[in-house]
Amino acid sequence: MKEGWEAIIGMEIHAQLATETKIFCACAANFGDEPNANTCPVCLGLPGALPVLNEKVVELGAKAALSLGLNVNETSIFARKNYFYPDLPKGYQISQYDKPFSSNGELTIMTAERDEQGRAGDWKPLTIRIERMHLEEDAGKNIHEGLPEVERFSYIDLNRAGTPLGEIVTAPDFRSSWQAYDYVNHVRRVLQWVGASDADMEKGNLRCEANVSVRRIGEEKFRNKVELKNLNSVRFMQKAIEFEIERQIAAHEAGEPVNQETRLWDEKNNQTRIMRSKEDAHDYRYFPEPDLQPLTVSKQFIEQVKADMPELPDAMHDRFVEEYELSYNDASQLVSDKDLAAFYEATAQASNNPRVSANFILSELLRELNNADKTAKDSPVSAENLAELIKTLDAGKINNNQAKEVLTEMFGNGKSADEVIREKGFEQISDRSTIEKIIDEIVEKNQNQVVAYRGGNEKLFGFFVGQTMKASGGKANPKVVNEILKEKLS
Amino acid sequence: MSEIKSNIKKSLDNAEKLNETLNSFLKIEREYALNRAEELEKSSDESPLKGFAIAVKDNICTKFSQTSCGSRILGNYRPQYNATAVDKLLKAGAVIVGKTNMDEFAMGSSNENSAFGTAKNPWDTTRVPGGSSGGSAVAVASGVVRAALGSETGGSVRQPASFCGIVGLKPTYGRISRFGLVAFASSLDQIGIFGQTSKDAAEVLQTVAGRDANDSTTAAVEVPNYADEIGKDIKGKRIGVPRALFGEGLDNEVRNAVEQSIENYRSLGAEIIDIDLPNSKYSIAVYYIIATAEASSNLARFDGVRYGFRAENAHRLREMYMKTREEGFGAEVKRRIMLGTYVLSSGYYDAYYAKAQKVRTLLKQDFLNAFDRCDAVLTPTAPSVAFKIGEKTDDPLAMYLSDIYTVSANLAGIPGISVPCGLSSEGLPIGLQLVGKHWSEAVLLNLANAYESQFPLGAKARFSVAG
Repeated sequence: MKEGWEAIIGMEIHAQLATETKIFCACAANFGDEPNANTCPVCLGLPGALPVLNEKVVELGAKAALSLGLNVNETSIFARKNYFYPDLPKGYQISQYDKPFSSNGELTIMTAERDEQGRAGDWKPLTIRIERMHLEEDAGKNIHEGLPEVERFSYIDLNRAGTPLGEIVTAPDFRSSWQAYDYVNHVRRVLQWVGASDADMEKGNLRCEANVSVRRIGEEKFRNKVELKNLNSVRFMQKAIEFEIERQIAAHEAGEPVNQETRLWDEKNNQTRIMRSKEDAHDYRYFPEPDLQPLTVSKQFIEQVKADMPELPDAMHDRFVEEYELSYNDASQLVSDKDLAAFYEATAQASNNPRVSANFILSELLRELNNADKTAKDSPVSAENLAELIKTLDAGKINNNQAKEVLTEMFGNGKSADEVIREKGFEQISDRSTIEKIIDEIVEKNQNQVVAYRGGNEKLFGFFVGQTMKASGGKANPKVVNEILKEKLS
Repeated sequence: MSEIKSNIKKSLDNAEKLNETLNSFLKIEREYALNRAEELEKSSDESPLKGFAIAVKDNICTKFSQTSCGSRILGNYRPQYNATAVDKLLKAGAVIVGKTNMDEFAMGSSNENSAFGTAKNPWDTTRVPGGSSGGSAVAVASGVVRAALGSETGGSVRQPASFCGIVGLKPTYGRISRFGLVAFASSLDQIGIFGQTSKDAAEVLQTVAGRDANDSTTAAVEVPNYADEIGKDIKGKRIGVPRALFGEGLDNEVRNAVEQSIENYRSLGAEIIDIDLPNSKYSIAVYYIIATAEASSNLARFDGVRYGFRAENAHRLREMYMKTREEGFGAEVKRRIMLGTYVLSSGYYDAYYAKAQKVRTLLKQDFLNAFDRCDAVLTPTAPSVAFKIGEKTDDPLAMYLSDIYTVSANLAGIPGISVPCGLSSEGLPIGLQLVGKHWSEAVLLNLANAYESQFPLGAKARFSVAG
């Protein structure tokens, strides 16, 4: 950012709550199906139909709030947000307004600036205020065909109409695009972690909007802000914010106006462009939804949800560092995904070697998974089998390279470590008398080299190791070979 | 011909014959009703309303018939589902013979706002039947059916009942499911019942009342056996009279008839006490803020996109919306949408909508205080007898004032009933209104029954079924 300026950023995240049915009716919350397959009088907004709140939405909403360290208000009120659009069948969206599901929370995330190559600097904690999290229904989808103004047809698919959303709104507490980036990733991971949302931006079940303005350092007042939409990935979002910060600073410095408006990220041209100006802003005429009772959530219910929640990633991270003596970065990588973390923990416990388990998983297993386009959840090698392999490695029965090879094999055919090791004949020879016998023969045959070595040519040690390994068919335990050779050659 | 089928056929014949004069039905379902009568005849079930002919207001969804809401924008729209109340009636063996005329989207007090012509008062066809459920009131008053469903937002059952000389009941908010009742103002709307007598109304209420999983605003309050209550001695029942409301704007003949009815109740052993409802003077103002606000939102779905009327020759989305709603809605509906949009607008919300909600709470409290001292509150149902067609169409405020005695019960969510209590010098019926505390329908029905059995009207509408 240009010297003397700071950015002011607030975030809005819409997360689809992972219920099987919609928020106010019993239709399936699947919107990839044939258009309008999952609809009924309620979500079609037919005359006379009434909404009935899906209890599961309250549970997942509570999970989402609690996982972000937010409270759940004992009473919240649904409200109608009125506007006309073809994908909004009732002409209003049932949302929450002045009494949301959760309000006035705080969240601490870890964040780091990145250099030009995208490498993270120091990770530091940042606490941001969460103004609210409210529950609402999603709208449907308009699909347009043909060129504008020419033979253009529009179709409406209301499968998505009425799917439940949690909208999380922060105070303008971010000062850089990377902070916003780390925040969205934090929220995304936590929501996935507790099962509140699939939180997949590509699939559209997590959407975010950023409100961006800039001001000179030291200024108290906010300048005009711009709302950024069409941010289809966390990376696009970060780029869009960065672009917008620079655009606004340049405009202010040139004395040009920065209008309060909504802008879209244009990923082809790597820039933001105007969608609508403030003059087109809606007056949503919010008022309490008379078709629904106020939503009351008991303390008991909240306690139950809390009790059923898994250990959260931050807590797990700290425990891994503490209990398994992992580095900060290794622990971070392991808890980046809930299944990976669980896989790690199972492996660490079964192998009784947490550090080697971490190394092996982060370097070897992840590479295999990436190559196969798989995740820990569908790893062909189970944690038990991997633990077995690590134990074998640990006991010195095979060496590191062999272990890698065994893993690749296991990955390919799903066999156990023992099976692969036996098939490959990788069982290491660590028995001293067997190795001694081989070494005695080699020393016997290579007297010239023995003399040279004893005369000071230490490089020849490698020659003896090589000969021993060759004679053992690669199975001799190198550690034992080294020990015995040193004795015999001294 | 079997008994059920011949009764239903008679009802249909009468409906068709009288409709030429009275225009009370928007749709008479002859074939459907006869088929249903035949089916019922074959079934051995002894359901409570077996073969009972009933008419249903055209804003209550029926998948076997149209549901136009008296509006061009819905036209002959046919719902995909039955309202819960309709399903309950059918399950109980009732036969729905047709859908009745109404003020467009239940907005009106005279039926003149119907897009399909005014229903006529069967006592005098130059007069209005009242509204908005005018068609249902006329169907009952003319003897075509014994009972009919209407809907109430501010008096739309009680006022036409009064104008047509029959019983009209608006139950407690949450007593009958609104699922399938096309919404006007959701926090005020309630399905109501017209009966030739309070017993007819009680029978229908028994069938349609109760909690519905499809309507979150219905209450899990037990439904009593209304028939058990009817006929009990009313001696010692305390009837509160808010005399302060009997002043300006009240027609003299109506005042006299209602004063006489108070004496009649006294003669039956009821105790008459004076009560005060100090905030009633705000009821019309509060009502027209809350009702229009909710209506402006409820009617947003009629946008020409998915069903109903769509204007032709619109080339852009906004143009399509505007033309569709301009051409599809009538003047009164548009007036109320604009009013409602205004009171919810940013900057006006607190001054209008939020304040109206506060006064609504005070109004409700007035009634709760009164019910500490009495079992029911008695007033006229309407300030006048049925007025002439066209008399108030140019003066919306005068029209709104015809609901002055009824809107309070909707705002407070309490039940109310209108019972015929006399005739004017021109021979037009006058109604008295009783309102009671929440869930006290049985008390009201009993008080109404006591009155009608001891002081029957003794006259019938001019246009009604012979015999």
